[in-house]
Amino acid sequence: MSQSRRILAVHAGRESVSPGELIDVGVDLVLANDITAPLAIEEFNKLGVDVFDKSRVVLVLDHFTPNRDIASAEQCAFVRRFALEHRIEHFYDGGEVGIEHVLLPEEGLIRPGEVVIGADSHTCTYGALGAFATGMGSTDIAAAMATGKAWFRAPEAVLINVTGKPGPWVGGKDLILHLIGVLGVDGATYRSLEFTGDGIAELSVDGRLTAANMAIEAGAKNGLFPVDRPVVEYLEGVGVKVAECALEPDEYGYVGEMSVDMVSLPPQVALPHLPSNTVAVGEAPRVKLDQVVIGSCTNGRMEDMRVAAELLRGRRTAPQVRLIIIPGSPRVYRRSMEEGLFDIFLDAGAVISPPTCGPCLGGHMGVLASGERALSTTNRNFTGRMGHRESEVYLSNPAVAAASAVSGTITDPGELR
Amino acid sequence: MLLKGKAHRFGDDVNTDYIISGRHKFKTLDMDELACHVMEDLDPEFYGRCQEGDFIVAGKNFGCGSSREQAPLALKHAGVAGVLAGSFARIYFRNSINNGLPAIVCDTTEIEDGDELEIDLEAGMVRDVTKGIELASSPLPKVMLDILSEGGLVEYMSRHGSLKVS
Repeated sequence: MSQSRRILAVHAGRESVSPGELIDVGVDLVLANDITAPLAIEEFNKLGVDVFDKSRVVLVLDHFTPNRDIASAEQCAFVRRFALEHRIEHFYDGGEVGIEHVLLPEEGLIRPGEVVIGADSHTCTYGALGAFATGMGSTDIAAAMATGKAWFRAPEAVLINVTGKPGPWVGGKDLILHLIGVLGVDGATYRSLEFTGDGIAELSVDGRLTAANMAIEAGAKNGLFPVDRPVVEYLEGVGVKVAECALEPDEYGYVGEMSVDMVSLPPQVALPHLPSNTVAVGEAPRVKLDQVVIGSCTNGRMEDMRVAAELLRGRRTAPQVRLIIIPGSPRVYRRSMEEGLFDIFLDAGAVISPPTCGPCLGGHMGVLASGERALSTTNRNFTGRMGHRESEVYLSNPAVAAASAVSGTITDPGELR
Repeated sequence: MLLKGKAHRFGDDVNTDYIISGRHKFKTLDMDELACHVMEDLDPEFYGRCQEGDFIVAGKNFGCGSSREQAPLALKHAGVAGVLAGSFARIYFRNSINNGLPAIVCDTTEIEDGDELEIDLEAGMVRDVTKGIELASSPLPKVMLDILSEGGLVEYMSRHGSLKVS
């Protein structure tokens, strides 16, 4: 059995489950944000019950906060009233807001072997810590808030064998962009992507969170990493004590296998308008950039801030490039400040944003005009994603983004003068 | 349940931002207002042309992208009776069924814009009346037909208390 199905079987009270089976699963954590929670709450209220467990429902006001406009303020106020009324223990508002998928692991809310569902497609991020985590819609979340249960179609799994040590300026983002490029945006639909191999140890936990975050961009139901020593130490650091747990791939559990050799993988760039349009950074067109965004649930963690700072130290952004840096959580924000990264960012000419999803989905804090181009460390580059439908978004890791902010065009960090 | 309506043809990888753009979907929970903007980046005339009971017909991977339920809700409120596609992105598929909007997997390559279609959900039958052909389709699992016939998951749960699939 795949590790994903093992976790689902345990939560369904079963010895095993086969791919394609429909099963009723008990969930450990149910998540929604300021866009998806209002719809979930409206549906939930029709059921006329209380939440199944006020310590297992998480609400994060991260997408359009600090409130963008009156409509988003009303939505946040609606969620806030619900959270107070139902005494939701993990409700994040004001200065406690982080981008949900950066925040929840840091808060110690994610545990290996647990089942997490969220009304946000990037909920799959938590697979990096050995949890089965997947996105659903508001109605499924409403039902789960009421019952603590959800139905699943047990997924087939694809084993991703990662080998070797990545070169400089290459990390989890490049691994996943490369995979999405090979698989296509629907190449893993309904499937689990389970990562294994000696190359995993060479990826930081932050890098694995980045890789798992974008499993959905290949259509996958979830991404899953082994719980090795670095994960156990990461979790200890946030107050969660667990044992190591390797994936135990057996020959029957997987419908396919892929290999990625990190040694020979250059930094990747996804060209407009799909995350699967990936090329090596050297092959990306040398287009003039108007904006560079470093942040998001994909790349708003401490490692991302440090990599960006390393390249920006003592440099300035190119004229006419607006660089927006978004530390993904209050912890990342404070630590970046304490480590002196904010001085580097400000000296480079960057805008430092509070934690928010903001520009990633064209919400606020960096929306594009017609004809503008952005290079972004976010996860989607669909038409109009960051603003006007005649704008363009290119996706990359934070090193490529920082180097490109300095040069004004898409640039390999190794070639930055 | 026999559904009849006209096909509105779209291509592959129609993402949730195309179905209802972020420009609109975060501004309001009023689905009738959102419905006016449905599919507008792909076809600005769509809302005006779509009659109650019509179908969206697309290629592979319909609904890829975000988990936001505004996508199937806006389609439903625009009068769309169902979406036929070669394949669906999984979160969209759940959301569509959970909101009472049929999502039908079938080989859509022969269907052209404006074709009259007949769909029998229980039998898993799709007929292109204009072309006089029947298209291979996989019937939905019973649990999903039950959810659809109640009009959605919450309606189903309100009536039956809970949902069990196994």
